[in-house]
Amino acid sequence: MENIGLYLLIIILKIIGIITVALGGVTVMNWVERKVCGHIQHRHGPLYVGPLGIFQPIADGLKLFLKEDITPTNVDRVLFIAAPLMAFVPALLTFAVIPVGPHLMISDINIGLVYILSVSSLGVFGIVMAGWASNNKYALLGGLRSSAQMISYEISLGLSVIGVLMYSGSLSMTKIVMAQQGLWFGFIPKWFVIPQFLGFILFLVAAFAETNRLPFDLPEAESELVAGYFVEYGSLRWAMFMMAEYVAMISASCVVVTLFFGGWLPLPVIGPMIEGLLPAGVVLYAMPVVWFLSKVAVFMFFFVWVRWTFPRLRYDQLMSLGWKVLLPLAIFNIFISGILRVIQLN
Amino acid sequence: MGLQEIMFYYFAVVIVVTALLAVSRGNPVHAVIFLVPCFFHVAGIFVLLGAEFLAAIQILVPAGALMILYLFVVFLFNLSEIKGKRITHRQSFLAGIVGVLLILLLIVLSVQGIFPGPFVELVESLGADSTSTVGGSLYTRFLFPFELASLVLLVVMFGAMVLARREEKE
Repeated sequence: MENIGLYLLIIILKIIGIITVALGGVTVMNWVERKVCGHIQHRHGPLYVGPLGIFQPIADGLKLFLKEDITPTNVDRVLFIAAPLMAFVPALLTFAVIPVGPHLMISDINIGLVYILSVSSLGVFGIVMAGWASNNKYALLGGLRSSAQMISYEISLGLSVIGVLMYSGSLSMTKIVMAQQGLWFGFIPKWFVIPQFLGFILFLVAAFAETNRLPFDLPEAESELVAGYFVEYGSLRWAMFMMAEYVAMISASCVVVTLFFGGWLPLPVIGPMIEGLLPAGVVLYAMPVVWFLSKVAVFMFFFVWVRWTFPRLRYDQLMSLGWKVLLPLAIFNIFISGILRVIQLN
Repeated sequence: MGLQEIMFYYFAVVIVVTALLAVSRGNPVHAVIFLVPCFFHVAGIFVLLGAEFLAAIQILVPAGALMILYLFVVFLFNLSEIKGKRITHRQSFLAGIVGVLLILLLIVLSVQGIFPGPFVELVESLGADSTSTVGGSLYTRFLFPFELASLVLLVVMFGAMVLARREEKE
């Protein structure tokens, strides 16, 4: 029984570690987003709290924490309170199977990829529940939109990774990363983004839609729905929705990096050069995490960049993009990858 | 009692309680939302049986996609009309009799010991990788029913398209 106790303790410590890193990531992302957005719009962004305004998210968090927590009279009380949790928890659950480095993950289950798809499909419940429980027409419209949007794009999201599965031959996240080792012609990495470029684009677009980020943020479209599903929320409950969005964004970046950009594997050519300068222990234990986090950082910047560059889609455009463009392309991608894979294996 | 058995009874109790709540709530939105933990715990039982792939699919399809679709439909009801009314189907009496018979049958079967022991021993033979087991058996041993199911789905899809198109013309 002592071993079980130790085993549970290690798992709990890992979970606490991951949650801390994820929430720290949210704080940093909040600052990065406002800073990048500011510079894209020729402004400075946050400036006053700390050097370069770096403590602004902490000040905001404190403000939200101290605000009065208002529950409107005619809401469905239980669902209204449960909705922020339902939005936040699934977003965090994804991190359980993401390999940050070799063996650096909470659980290497052999269905990792399906687990991620299924857990991320639950995030929509929070939005839908909030939309309905708020007893507000704008919130309800936001909830309805998000349910339609999530179902449409989940299908493309699921189908776009099948090509990756054909190449890796496993659903385990660790095995998917290991299958991307090696180089073509000595300098092109065998990352799945090259044989699966179409799959990568489809996955990225669908991931934007799943995380409710612009240009797919119709559930909260502030110009028409005020703030959509969280219009009745304030203080920390509102903050949970916001954190859920950022956590979902971080986990989407992590999944993209793991599936298409070789996870913790070093960059080609430059990677071995940098690793050659460092002591062996650092290369073995710290560098995979550094590679992984730097790749994730690139994608998180990309998320912010896109948000402040593209206008929002109209609702019918969103639906026709999902069903008439992404879905046929995803099926075409499966077909082509299957043929290529058969030729390659023979 | 081992950890697995404790987990099994936890899952079983929650499944039964949430399923009962789902059919007894007057508010359809609450009823649908109670089904979500129900499906979740069914997935938990799949995990106990070593069928992780089925567990993930159980969450992905019924709990994730289907429930959202149900909520989508329920949202469009006029809830103020339905609230407070007791929603019973004309066939509820018949359904009750069938339900009682089914429970009696289950009790008789389990008393006679026709259900073989703890499930965990039953599925041990599937091997470690449940995904390839599912894929392999679908395309070899159960190829015919599998293809039949896909044919049924195709017909249903055409049916849905025909129905949707007709409405558009009117």
